Amino acid sequence: MSLSLQDILQVAELARLNLSTEHNSHIQTDLSRIMKMIDQINEISTDKIEPMAHPLDVSQRLRPDIVTEEDQRAVFLKLAPLTEAGLFLVPKVID
Amino acid sequence: MYQHSLSFLSKALQEKTCSSVELAKIYLNRIHKLDYKLNSFITVLDEDQILKAAQKADAKRAEGKHTPLTGIPIAHKDIFCTKDIKTSCASKMLDNFIAPYDATVVTKLKKAGMVLLGKTNMDEFAMGSSNETSYYGPVKNPWNLKTIPGGSSGGSAAAIAARLVPATTGTDTGGSIRQPAAMCGLTGIKPTYGRVSRYGMIAFASSLDQAGPMAQSAEDCALLLQAMAGMDTKDSTSMDKAVPDYHASISHNLHGVRIGLPKEFFAAGLDAAVQKKIEEAIEALKKLGASFKEISLPTTNLSLPVYYIIAPAECSSNLARFDGVRFGYRCNEPKNLNDLYKRSRSEAFGAEVQRRILIGTYVLSSGYYDAYYIKAQKIRRLIAEDFKKAFTEVDVILSPTTPSTAFKLNEKITDPVSMYLSDIYTLCANLAGLPALSMPAGLVNDLPVGVQLIGNYFTEAKLLNVAHQYQRITDWHKLIPTEFQ
Repeated sequence: MSLSLQDILQVAELARLNLSTEHNSHIQTDLSRIMKMIDQINEISTDKIEPMAHPLDVSQRLRPDIVTEEDQRAVFLKLAPLTEAGLFLVPKVID
Repeated sequence: MYQHSLSFLSKALQEKTCSSVELAKIYLNRIHKLDYKLNSFITVLDEDQILKAAQKADAKRAEGKHTPLTGIPIAHKDIFCTKDIKTSCASKMLDNFIAPYDATVVTKLKKAGMVLLGKTNMDEFAMGSSNETSYYGPVKNPWNLKTIPGGSSGGSAAAIAARLVPATTGTDTGGSIRQPAAMCGLTGIKPTYGRVSRYGMIAFASSLDQAGPMAQSAEDCALLLQAMAGMDTKDSTSMDKAVPDYHASISHNLHGVRIGLPKEFFAAGLDAAVQKKIEEAIEALKKLGASFKEISLPTTNLSLPVYYIIAPAECSSNLARFDGVRFGYRCNEPKNLNDLYKRSRSEAFGAEVQRRILIGTYVLSSGYYDAYYIKAQKIRRLIAEDFKKAFTEVDVILSPTTPSTAFKLNEKITDPVSMYLSDIYTLCANLAGLPALSMPAGLVNDLPVGVQLIGNYFTEAKLLNVAHQYQRITDWHKLIPTEFQ
């Protein structure tokens, strides 16, 4: 199926992307082309087939509920663009 | 020395005909002298840092506390976190990111004594098949500087082909080890999903991603995989299963080995000259005692659409973490929180990454989830079942790795679907979670051709065995591009 500009803007909003950048001049053509290729999945019936979410049919390994991570708060905060008093800073959310 | 394989260098170190410090100097010198032609490295470590590690390796050897890899230089794809070293994933988003810890693969190879030279270029967040989506510019193929090296592990492949380093790590989500290995004339193996830890490997599509080694020969890959594989408590999808001795089994003969040729992989779309090289490889393997039969993997015809639903869906979830708040790129003077998220992401992700996030968000969104995402997962099961059936009749499946040799720079970058088609033969192994290897099988117009071997779950040893036996009677893996001899 081809995607309308409206569809794309809605998806971009969900994905927190701006489409006004230079990257995206062909975005509608490109995405429609990809969706057309993807639509080949409708060639076969998949009734009664179980979805496969994971390549190996094994159950997730469990471990004892004990803290194993060390406290690396200072190390991780150093990677952030803006911090203050041990907190990540973002623009004001509530007036 | 630089022409030689990792296995050869390992013996030379053992016999003390060279030292780790000498090797580090030789390769570092080549990187400084030649990489401007290729752009295969994003980061090269300081000479002091490298030589210190090499001296330590020499000391370990002198004490007899070494592995076959001790003292051998390596470079990691820039998707693996390396403590205190820039880890960019070839994205503007992580251009300023210094990893706070080592990936498990990095730790394991360090423990084995390997000497890290630097971090290799790649497609941004491993999304691409030509290494043209990197924020740091495209990598060139050493066999022809006007062509692409393949992707996404394009820097890892080009660096070995040009003999700037004897071994590298790569990651493979839909062919990102095998396709560049094929296009640069190397051997590379994507192990079974769960064989190698994904801890510290920046996630693209978590149910498909797997790390593996790239080097000149299958023997080299056997030594590297030995050190990389195994259960890791930090990755709950890594399997608690004993790691066999890969090097011990490569010398088995091929009598009685049954190899399947999937008819769907030898159909329209395959370049005739590439097909001829694959047929020559089949003849060589027959002489070694392997038997061949045609098989069918009917649902693999849908690998491309299924992959381009599942991989973008997982990518859109994984890349949600890049929000401009905790690490990575942040836009200037955000007006509010939403503006901060949107501009940071749009300004720092490249075009292909944004396309995949949009497709992934779309197929996961309300109203489309069942029609696309769930339907793709159902077909994924059918693809895995095709393989399950095939492996009741054969031990290994052989096909071309790519439909053609390396294409020209800029040839496909404006047409995403035509770019995606260069992974048409490799995607299905990731969807099913199976191990698969690519090995060199000759040249067409002076560009390498790769043969792909796909095995049943956890049969990496068999794939390496078949490839090693083939490499005992052929020299394709030893060829060096003229410009880098």
